[in-house]
Amino acid sequence: MNRRIFLKGGALSLVTLGLSPSFLRRTALAMDLPRAARGKTLIVLFQRGAADALNVVVPFGDAGYYAARPQLAIGSPARANGTVGAIDLDGFYGLHPSLASFKPLWDRGLLVPIHAVGSPSATRSHFDAQDYMETGTPDRKGTTDGWLNRYLAVEGTCEACAPGAAAPPFRAVAMTAQTPRILGGAAPVVAMNSIDEFSIRTNGGDAEKRLEALYRTGNADLVHGSGSEMFEALKVLKAANPQQYRPQHGAVYPRSAFGTRLLQIAQLIKAGVGLEVAFADVGGWDTHVNQGAAQGQLATRLADFSTSISALVADLGDRLEDVVILTCSEFGRTVRQNGTGGTDHGHAGAMFVISGSLGAPKQVHGRWPGLAPEQLYEGRDLALTTDFRAVFSEVVGKHLGGSKLDAVFPGYGGVKRDWLGVLA
Amino acid sequence: MNRCVLVLAALLAGCASSARTTSTPSGSSDGRSPVGVREQTADQQVHHVLSRLTFGGRPGDVETVRAMGVDAWIDRQLHPERIADAAVPSFLAQFTTLGKSGTELLASYPPPAVALAQLARRSGEVTAEDSAKVREQGRQSFLFLGELASSRVARAVTSERQLEEVLVDFWENHFSVFAGKDRTRYFLNEYDAQTIRPHAMGKFRDLLGAVAKSPAMLYYLDNWQSVADSGRPVLQPVNARVAQRRAAAVRQAAQQRPQLAALAQRKRGLNENYARELMELHTLGVDGGYTQRDVIEVARALTGWTLDRGIQGGEFVFRPQVHDAGAKVILGHAFPAGRGQDEGEAVLDLLARHPKTAEFIATKLARRFVSDTPPAALVARAAATFRRTDGDIREVVRTIVTSPEFFATTAYRAKVKSPFELVTSALRAMNAAPDATPRTSQLVSRLGQPTFGHQAPNGYPETGDSWMNTGAILNRINFGLAVASGRVPGVRLADWPITKQLAALPREQQVDGVIRALLGGDASSDTRQVLLTGTNPFLVRQGAGAGVDSLLADDPDNASMGAMAGGAAADRKRDAQARRAERAPVAQQQQMAGREAIKPTRGATLTQSIGTLPPATGFAQIVGLALGAPEFQRR
Repeated sequence: MNRRIFLKGGALSLVTLGLSPSFLRRTALAMDLPRAARGKTLIVLFQRGAADALNVVVPFGDAGYYAARPQLAIGSPARANGTVGAIDLDGFYGLHPSLASFKPLWDRGLLVPIHAVGSPSATRSHFDAQDYMETGTPDRKGTTDGWLNRYLAVEGTCEACAPGAAAPPFRAVAMTAQTPRILGGAAPVVAMNSIDEFSIRTNGGDAEKRLEALYRTGNADLVHGSGSEMFEALKVLKAANPQQYRPQHGAVYPRSAFGTRLLQIAQLIKAGVGLEVAFADVGGWDTHVNQGAAQGQLATRLADFSTSISALVADLGDRLEDVVILTCSEFGRTVRQNGTGGTDHGHAGAMFVISGSLGAPKQVHGRWPGLAPEQLYEGRDLALTTDFRAVFSEVVGKHLGGSKLDAVFPGYGGVKRDWLGVLA
Repeated sequence: MNRCVLVLAALLAGCASSARTTSTPSGSSDGRSPVGVREQTADQQVHHVLSRLTFGGRPGDVETVRAMGVDAWIDRQLHPERIADAAVPSFLAQFTTLGKSGTELLASYPPPAVALAQLARRSGEVTAEDSAKVREQGRQSFLFLGELASSRVARAVTSERQLEEVLVDFWENHFSVFAGKDRTRYFLNEYDAQTIRPHAMGKFRDLLGAVAKSPAMLYYLDNWQSVADSGRPVLQPVNARVAQRRAAAVRQAAQQRPQLAALAQRKRGLNENYARELMELHTLGVDGGYTQRDVIEVARALTGWTLDRGIQGGEFVFRPQVHDAGAKVILGHAFPAGRGQDEGEAVLDLLARHPKTAEFIATKLARRFVSDTPPAALVARAAATFRRTDGDIREVVRTIVTSPEFFATTAYRAKVKSPFELVTSALRAMNAAPDATPRTSQLVSRLGQPTFGHQAPNGYPETGDSWMNTGAILNRINFGLAVASGRVPGVRLADWPITKQLAALPREQQVDGVIRALLGGDASSDTRQVLLTGTNPFLVRQGAGAGVDSLLADDPDNASMGAMAGGAAADRKRDAQARRAERAPVAQQQQMAGREAIKPTRGATLTQSIGTLPPATGFAQIVGLALGAPEFQRR
């Protein structure tokens, strides 16, 4: 049975066919569907505040790195002498020691970093840079929608959105209080902090039943239609019974806000509610003061970040073949440490792509521009060698099967030409 | 008793104002407005004007409008200066930051970056105490935004000058600025009080000029940083002493923080951001016929329009030293070289009086007041009024709200309420007292419309399809239930005048009374049936009545439908979360904007802030259902 057809027909039609709720639950859980019937999911994770890419994916093979950061640098794996050094990836780059749980994923060919990637815009404003990364239109402030939403909304862009077809209610979910810029736009999106918030809040009584009756009247106008869809979505969620969720394959999520959100994304994927695009964000990266090196502020953030993601990867098991996890941050930070044990706003940054369908595993993608003074952007920052749209458009094109990529990334022009081959 | 006095006062005012307006019936002084028939019934007209010219009727308003007559009441709202509104300033007086300018706010609550810079200049270790202090300063630097947001809700809920308040809402969204962009939030008090309000019903050119010179817009769309490209003639050479002083300051800063050296050397030049939005969003509209060449020329004309204290804000100033003094051609008009600030003024004149602007503004106002797709004939007449009156906003609005199209049956309940309209209309209908805490404005944000919280310069959407989706309708329903359960500040069901009237009556009369009070006496028979008996008339008609009810009821996990299997412990946890969220008045602002920028979209959702509600039964349930009903989502 085609998942999307099931969702379009909805829970109600199954009931009127005389099928029992337990059948509905089994179907919605979709635990035993053949892989071919499962949809693809893209999970975008945004590190807000500009993560210090040079201490995340450490270029220990570049002497300029150590010259610029006497206190903040992560030791090279060979020179670590008792202190904790970077985790060697390829003899030049290493992972911050707090990313230890990423190393097995690298070894298994499930995770690759991209370095010196970001926005071609010169801005060092968090606001503008996040705006550009989320709209996918650097230096264009008037863009009204986010690139993830444009993928969902532009007719014919995605395979799933046949003209006039009703999208599954949980096709696009932001695990955030409000719809983030990246998902803002014409296509419907659900934003929620947690799955159990997606409920009518009265504790008992028949108010929910009555409210449903107010909206399911056969009237198809905008308000009634949205209400009917919402009550259908509630039923799909209830049938999936997320409260009973147990992570699989020994996955242990940190109990942090970020870990909890990733756990819920896994729940939605496994519940088979048609999740195609998921988004979550995590803050605390704006480390102007006391950033720390192998330990400290940034190390703590990275530990939560990486253990949450590796738990998600473990939990998804072989579903990871149908999932791409993409991490990003609005820009990198200054190459030199500043006067308060931190780093200031920089330029190019780093991303991770995690998937069971990587194109070139065990490879750090992106050309390394070097850290010698004359190689720096405006004399101070890591130079950019990969436009973030090269990564975004490759993921939309290859993983989600998006076709009209010029409509998703208007004014870009690097579609296919500049792809890194991150995905198969 | 109070109510009677009010009605009497309103009646008297009505007589006075109709006496004044008898010479120009319905404002059709141009003689070209059709004296068309109003399709709506007399009763519908009363509810209609209340739903469009106010943020929704309060108990007694229907009687007031009916007694005064719809036309006299409209005319009165078109002249807010004649309406006493003393309660508003006395309520707002408790907001201590509301009257402060951007410069004062920057001095009292400096942005976190300033605290960080101070820390960096100081010698010695950075301690945990220092970090805590910086964090606290950061928190403080967002609190005043909460007061402004609360004042906007309180005004909408309580002001007698409702139409003016509606237009303030309209123009603050038309000239949208985003509080989360760097320091923009510091300039919003002035933007609301001095830029928008005084001109909301005045001449469009005055409003446009005030916005162009407002610190908020200059800052938000970067014009304060826009200077003549190098090689262009400037109006006045930079004073040599000033230049020396500036260079010395840059050198000194660079010694302290080497990273700043590169920054200081970055080339500045023309910034087209404001010029583009000025034409695309503020005046001509996206199809207004301007070109990229016009954008550049307008940006050049506006170089030197900046802030007297730069990043510290201050007031508008024209700086001839950075103004591009060359000749320009804008929209086909030649602008000779060297006119200075007058040139920018002439550009604003040209744009404000352009026929495309008249059409664009008329369309947007008609969309606000009539329907998402306003009739072309009405837009044309409103645009004609705009041109004829030199952009008199009051007269354009009069043309729209007295037109037969406004009173057409197709316009009745044609608009979907925005979150701000939903919350304020519910509070007004429930006769709520204004809220001095940030909680109510937080509800508006959590329904999706934080005050000055739209990132892009196009403002919040004006059409219903943008506000309606699965998540939005769920939040709206939960909001209605929260109001009925007494979880929204200022509302107590026991104090609602309607409760007293209906308490002792049977359910059927309670249902009709609530439909009268909250849904304008006009609910579908299905809605009435559901409120009354709880059965779903549609499913009964479809012969599948048992279906939906049994779907969850025959499953023991879901026997208690609202419980969502979370159990009491989870509910307590949620409640605790909700209380924490309430104690953190800046949650909205923090999630909207971080230190100097944007933090993760954290903060609380609507459901967190209302917690789990008690079972809705009896009269409270009728009220909750009515507020959550499809009819209440429209205006």
